[in-house]
Amino acid sequence: MEIPYNVQPRPDTGLYNSKLGIWLFLASEVMLFGGLFSAYILLRVGAEPGYWPHGWLDVRFGTLNTILLALSAITTLLAWVACKVGEFGKFKFFHACTIVLALTFLGVKMYEYHDKWIHYEIKLADGTFADGHMESAVYVDKSGKELESHSYRGNGFTEVTDGVTNSYQLASVTIDGRIVKDETLLYDLRSQKNIPRDPVTITADKITSMENYGPWHNTFLAIYFTLTGLHALHILGGTFVIGYMWGPGSKMWKTNREQFTNRIEVSGLFWHFVDLVWIFLFPVLYLT
Amino acid sequence: MSDSHQTKSATAHAAVDEHPVDFNKYVRLCAVIFVAVLCAVGAMIYISYLPMDHYSWAVKVALILGVATVNAFLVAGFLMHLLTEKKLIYTVLAFTVFFVTGLFVLTLYAMHDFPAGTQTH
Repeated sequence: MEIPYNVQPRPDTGLYNSKLGIWLFLASEVMLFGGLFSAYILLRVGAEPGYWPHGWLDVRFGTLNTILLALSAITTLLAWVACKVGEFGKFKFFHACTIVLALTFLGVKMYEYHDKWIHYEIKLADGTFADGHMESAVYVDKSGKELESHSYRGNGFTEVTDGVTNSYQLASVTIDGRIVKDETLLYDLRSQKNIPRDPVTITADKITSMENYGPWHNTFLAIYFTLTGLHALHILGGTFVIGYMWGPGSKMWKTNREQFTNRIEVSGLFWHFVDLVWIFLFPVLYLT
Repeated sequence: MSDSHQTKSATAHAAVDEHPVDFNKYVRLCAVIFVAVLCAVGAMIYISYLPMDHYSWAVKVALILGVATVNAFLVAGFLMHLLTEKKLIYTVLAFTVFFVTGLFVLTLYAMHDFPAGTQTH
């Protein structure tokens, strides 16, 4: 069955159908992200004074990702223009650039996530707080044999070696960070200059609780991971579509050039929307 | 190739060529937009580091979001061709703006509307 008005605009709307379709889809996407931005506002305004983080995210990475997405929006547009003027080689080049830029964006985002994943806040028995990136954790078994792990594996774990099951208990952790008396000092990093970072080793008996900077740590990180995670999924999905258009989907250029050009336009509109979302995510999460 | 297919293909070409585009003109436009986006990003970062004793948090947030809105206008208006779109798309977007504004307004309106017995800090 042939879908009507795939290439020519409908006389009543003045648009080809897939263009109207993508705009309707983008309208629903605005509502989706709008709901999450509303949640952000609610959480932020409702946060206890002194407990909303400032300076937790590295502005340099946010800026880099903003530039990467802005460049990718431009290469997407130029890929479409190349199709319009019939220059397939240029289309291939610009769309390849878009894919590379998108994957670089995701790489930077993964690095940022990893940085949060290995960042721990440790509440100590004397009421102070240790905060920093996990360097190593030392575990001991019942016989006193030590095992050094470069990641935290909980308070204890079991490991089977040569058919023998060993149970290990946490002995100490070493982080690259600092110890503070007032927890609010860990929240406002913007107002502090030259925050010291030194290796700090803490024995297990002094640890009351410890938690990494995952989405469960506080409401800021919960909404940060939700918003940027959903955005990253959009980037990933868009990259698949653009990758398909660049690779196997580009065969259509030989059979139906106009429809192919329209597909590039529609996928480009989605990509620009993803860029638009980031234009607001960057200042909201990194700068304010 | 059948006659009907050829006719359809020719019409399709005509549909695409309704708005002839100049590649170099687009490259120049993109360069201008990119520089404007860079300036907007720079301005947002600069504002965010302004001293708090001169500018309140609310003023800084308003300024930053203002610059972000200009940035978004550049992308939507020029890269998404929203400045020269068809009426139907404006209608769809008008509904979207109405509903998303309602979403924000209702959220802010209900901000301090706690159920009875709720403990607040």
